[in-house]
Amino acid sequence: MRPESEEELAALVAGAAGPLKIVGGGTRDVGRPVAGEVLSTAGLTGVRLYEPGALTLVVGAGTPLAEVEAVLAEQGQRLAFEPIDHRALLGTAGAPTIGGVFAANASGPRRVNVGAARDFLLGVRFIDGAGRVVKNGGRVMKNVTGYDLVKLMAGSWGTLGVLSEVSLKVLAEPAAEMTLVARGLAAEAGVAALTAALGSPYDVTGAAHLDEGVAGAAETRVRIEGLPESVAYRGERLGALLEGFAPVEGAASAALWREVRDVTPFAGRAGAVWRVSLRPSRGVRLTEALGEAGLAHRALRDWGGGLLWLLVEDGGDAGAALLRARLAELGGHATLVRAAPETRAVVPVFQPEPAPVAALSAGLRARFDPRGILNPGLMA
Amino acid sequence: MEMPTPSAAVLAKKARVVERLQAVLPASGVIHDPAETRAYECDALTAYRCPPLCAVLPASTEEVAAVLRVCHEEGVPVVPRGSGTSLAGGALPTADSVILGVARLNRVLETAYGDRFIRVQTGRTNLSVTGAVEEDGFFYAPDPSSQLACAIAGNIAMNSGGAHCLKYGVTTNNLLGVTMVLMDGTVIELGGGHLDAGGLDLLGVICGSEGQLGVVTEATLRILPKPEGARPVLMGFDSNEVAGACVSDIIKAGVLPVAIEFMDRPCIRACEAFAGAGYPDCEALLIVEVEGAPGEIDEQLALILEIARRHDPVELREAADADEAARIWLGRKSAFGAMGQINDYMCLDGTIPVSRLPEVLGGIRALSGRYGLEVANVFHAGDGNMHPLILFDANRPGDLEKAEEMGADILRLCVEVGGCLTGEHGVGVEKRDLMAVQYGPDDLEAQMAVKDVFDPAWLLNAAKVFPLDASARRRAA
Repeated sequence: MRPESEEELAALVAGAAGPLKIVGGGTRDVGRPVAGEVLSTAGLTGVRLYEPGALTLVVGAGTPLAEVEAVLAEQGQRLAFEPIDHRALLGTAGAPTIGGVFAANASGPRRVNVGAARDFLLGVRFIDGAGRVVKNGGRVMKNVTGYDLVKLMAGSWGTLGVLSEVSLKVLAEPAAEMTLVARGLAAEAGVAALTAALGSPYDVTGAAHLDEGVAGAAETRVRIEGLPESVAYRGERLGALLEGFAPVEGAASAALWREVRDVTPFAGRAGAVWRVSLRPSRGVRLTEALGEAGLAHRALRDWGGGLLWLLVEDGGDAGAALLRARLAELGGHATLVRAAPETRAVVPVFQPEPAPVAALSAGLRARFDPRGILNPGLMA
Repeated sequence: MEMPTPSAAVLAKKARVVERLQAVLPASGVIHDPAETRAYECDALTAYRCPPLCAVLPASTEEVAAVLRVCHEEGVPVVPRGSGTSLAGGALPTADSVILGVARLNRVLETAYGDRFIRVQTGRTNLSVTGAVEEDGFFYAPDPSSQLACAIAGNIAMNSGGAHCLKYGVTTNNLLGVTMVLMDGTVIELGGGHLDAGGLDLLGVICGSEGQLGVVTEATLRILPKPEGARPVLMGFDSNEVAGACVSDIIKAGVLPVAIEFMDRPCIRACEAFAGAGYPDCEALLIVEVEGAPGEIDEQLALILEIARRHDPVELREAADADEAARIWLGRKSAFGAMGQINDYMCLDGTIPVSRLPEVLGGIRALSGRYGLEVANVFHAGDGNMHPLILFDANRPGDLEKAEEMGADILRLCVEVGGCLTGEHGVGVEKRDLMAVQYGPDDLEAQMAVKDVFDPAWLLNAAKVFPLDASARRRAA
């Protein structure tokens, strides 16, 4: 099913006889496999409003991300939260949509500075599981009128409603960027450097460490962006603060961050991939504990060490029990982003929640999707 | 302002409720003498007052849970209260409600510079959060103008903003985790020291829920390294249109100032008379502030001034030193005090798309003429967050009602041009009955469904946010 309008979409959801598998471009195959009739939002396209001087864009949820980025680039603007492109990592094909970006709350390395996808989503229109059209938020940057269902929709993977339109905040492309790179640091020293950089006043917009074996030798990267003189100044100050880092500029710098954003070092390599979010200072403790317990892994550390991408052997529970037991002590959560469907069918892909929180989530699902037909079980 | 009729059954069992609350709190934590409960009869929206049944001041998450369990069992409504600085009546009691004040929850629980967060109890004031980390070079970004007094609990309930959110975002963008007590006494943890909470974004929906979903007792807040410096520049223009176009061009140019403040002529004149900051007598005035090291500031200001000059400013004033910078801010910072000197005023905070600024200012001027009430405008222009101040005389019969009617018309205008009713103050009781202007029945139903899940009996702050007729069935159940 591929509706061409919001009314048609609402009618299809209202009249659905059974479970629906909601897709945008179908490039983010994450979660428990969903059995259901495919409902694509790819027909809901088009820029409804773009005001560069107000930093706002309103667009149909099925609009291809590439189209959105092209429209913004013409005005020297961009999606500042740097959405991850899952295609290489997950081995999927197709054109990612802007709705999919928000349904997955797909943020990238710049999250550490400017915020996540959800922080840039100003308003939504969606169809709930009963087929009702609901709007929330709007197109202005400050809005506390009623509850913030915009945040609730972001990262709900189509399980609470089908996005039909999104309005978002965009930002200007900076004139210059620079990445300071050091090679051969152990994870602990690499993360310490990232922490120092993020604790400095130099407005760091990317802070990643690739452990040895992720993409050759270990590599630590710190990014700054802005007006040219400002970037030069901060590059020099950070260089003095961090010792042993060398600058990479322009397109070469941008390429380093596409690699981190899309986790390309794990693309095409066998194994399951976990995405772990935890306190930056505890990332190294987690990977050391996993190593001691015998779980072989490679780690790419983004967000100053607070976001771990772990490559482990697929099969069995892909290390789920061990990983989540350690996280129970350290705090944070783990999502099994890539694994064989058989693994994902038995391992909870999303972190199981404590009973009272799980009850709230279940209650919200029951209200927004009373028949349980929107991507049922995907986030289970 | 219509409020629900207090429950006779609850009023009748005051003694028993007080006794049960006294059993779970220290003696000083339960306030029930009518002479003392009067202190809680209103917040900063002082036009509406009602003493509560009683007030409680728990000092720990456990005490909050114990209080809520009692109230839940007794079916007694609860109104959470931070510091009582709400301009929207968010903490206005009903006669049958228990005010739950978080003033005694004021400790810093953990400061983690390596993880760039601070964990505090939510009765702590906004400014004292920054106070706890600034010696080490960090700050907490959201800065509502009441930051000296307002509590983090209220900031979370209202998703408070401030002058610097163009760059740093509002509360929800800086909140990493909470400990929250549900109406039945259940304690839950959401998020924590990591950057994204897992599962559904419950944290996102709690922030800005106006104390209707639970009582947040502890919060993990993102802290940021302090920039090396900041410097404002002042620009005067002879029309609102030109000033609005200048704001838009600055934003489009790719420099992101930390603040862009706008004042119109009535506001400029009042501030000048009050504070003598040396502002030019012109139609519209902008204060634009940028951050960084001195060289970085020069680079940004050069760009901004070049743009400003293209708009034929009647005045462009740079700050050569800290004194001059302070003078540029002086008038703006005393705006509300200046207004208070000459009149009673009502402050709205509708937000509009920046591109519609001249049109909305024109519309407000027309309304001002029609109602015969002066309006001064001072606001955060970068993000379209208006602050029209309607001046009236509270002692003149009918003036308050007239100001309220005019305020409602201004907010309708904000929604009409694509904006919203409230950008940072919240709905409370003040804008409750206007919700239908912005949202249709299904939109409100979806929001109320969230409350059904968190607070099925609708005991928490239930007379706020949603029009009373829309929530009637749920509140009665």
